[in-house]
Amino acid sequence: MKALKCRECGREYPLTANHVCEFDFGPLEVVYDYDRIRKSFNRQAILARPQTMWRYRELLPVAHEPTVGFQVGFTPLVKADRLAKALGIRELWIKNDTVNYPTLSFKDRVVSVALSRAKELGFTTVACASTGNLANSVAANAAAAGMKAYVFIPSDLEQGKILNSLIYGANVIGIKGHYDEVNRLCAEIAGKYGWAFVNVNMRPYYAEGSKSMGFEIVEQLGWRIPKHTVVCMASGSLLTKIHKSYQEFIKLGLAGETDYHIHGAQATGCSPISTAQKAGLDFFKPVKPNTIAKSLAIGTPADGFYALKVLKETGGSADDVTDDEIREAIKLLAEHEGIFAETAGGVTVGVARKLIADGKISAKDSAVLCVTGNGLKTLDAVNGHCGHPREIKPSLREFEALLAAEDHSLLNA
Amino acid sequence: MAKNVRIPTPLRKLTNNEELIEVSASTIGDVITELQSRYPGIKERLLDESGAVRRFVNVYVNEEDIRFLQNQQTKLKDGDEISIIPAIAGG
Repeated sequence: MKALKCRECGREYPLTANHVCEFDFGPLEVVYDYDRIRKSFNRQAILARPQTMWRYRELLPVAHEPTVGFQVGFTPLVKADRLAKALGIRELWIKNDTVNYPTLSFKDRVVSVALSRAKELGFTTVACASTGNLANSVAANAAAAGMKAYVFIPSDLEQGKILNSLIYGANVIGIKGHYDEVNRLCAEIAGKYGWAFVNVNMRPYYAEGSKSMGFEIVEQLGWRIPKHTVVCMASGSLLTKIHKSYQEFIKLGLAGETDYHIHGAQATGCSPISTAQKAGLDFFKPVKPNTIAKSLAIGTPADGFYALKVLKETGGSADDVTDDEIREAIKLLAEHEGIFAETAGGVTVGVARKLIADGKISAKDSAVLCVTGNGLKTLDAVNGHCGHPREIKPSLREFEALLAAEDHSLLNA
Repeated sequence: MAKNVRIPTPLRKLTNNEELIEVSASTIGDVITELQSRYPGIKERLLDESGAVRRFVNVYVNEEDIRFLQNQQTKLKDGDEISIIPAIAGG
């Protein structure tokens, strides 16, 4: 790491807990010394390291060895042949962060970076504004690191996501409002207390953690950048960081330069970025979210401008899906690949299905879908939409009667 | 006719570390002008060259984003609380 730099005006700042340019409020980003990194960071060095996100440590913003979340990342990249057939595309891969360690979402990537850096900067209390997954990850990783945690969430979140923060002993504060309101409050709180707010004053470090998902995709595909990558968008940060990860691997010679497209997925009930993309605009209009995809329900996406820029630069597209389409897509992924994703995963798969049907992703191509969180956390979203178990007495006769009523081919098999 | 403006950390160097500033202006646009006259330099932090609120600056009146109201024309009444907040990442 060399410095923090404003993405708008280029002013540089020291590597402290600071996320915003004093001059124009532009977001700060970590600057690396790529010439120095190039000297020792190569495929051989990476392959010799443990299979976690920290095998790309030179491109992650910590000064020393990480102290939080050594085991995070390197989730499976699943070749999804059955889903490929169902969606009508030649080759399909699922980057499966539903099984990320320890809290079953991609947020463990950003939190291990943010907390490792927070420790380096001397913080003992960490905090976040969250739609759920981030809160879970901050709570768990802070507990393991012996740090105090405050997590702020909209009070109407899924029960699973609330319990998954409480269990770790974190201070969970439910805000009567949607995420954008939680965010606004946290921006005010963050300035007041000496806490490391992972997505406020620690944001430049935090956001870089998302790149590890892209690094892994490239390595797992045999050091190849996929032609198409579909990413769900809340603030739009993950999408921009996947793009950055591909760019950095090209810059460092770890992957060949190639033509690739990054596509964005949103829920129709909160689609400021996809709406702007479809209208050909390079700015978005904030919205008030109303969707079952609560983890994506950010009406004022902080990285929306940059996400639109990446979509444009890579020739990608964007679309959005309704609540019913999200549930259908969750089932489609589960029934074809045995992967149970949360609502955001349903958004990614549902939008990919649309983009393939519309020819925006060619049926002859190969695509990677980034599935970012686990369905066990959003059971409420699908409860009542995937049938019920048939109940019978423990009697062979009742079982056979049930089979006979449903499927004659199974009798006398 | 007092309204309070909550100043975010990155701008407090300009306001002598004042966090809460009382203003009398009757629209958001006028609030910015009033702040500029008292704390020179603050206007260019908030507005771009065309006079629009910078894209990473969010302004709220009593917890409502002014983009859902009438932007800089948003009218203010006594006791309103105005917050200026940098955009932050998700979630």
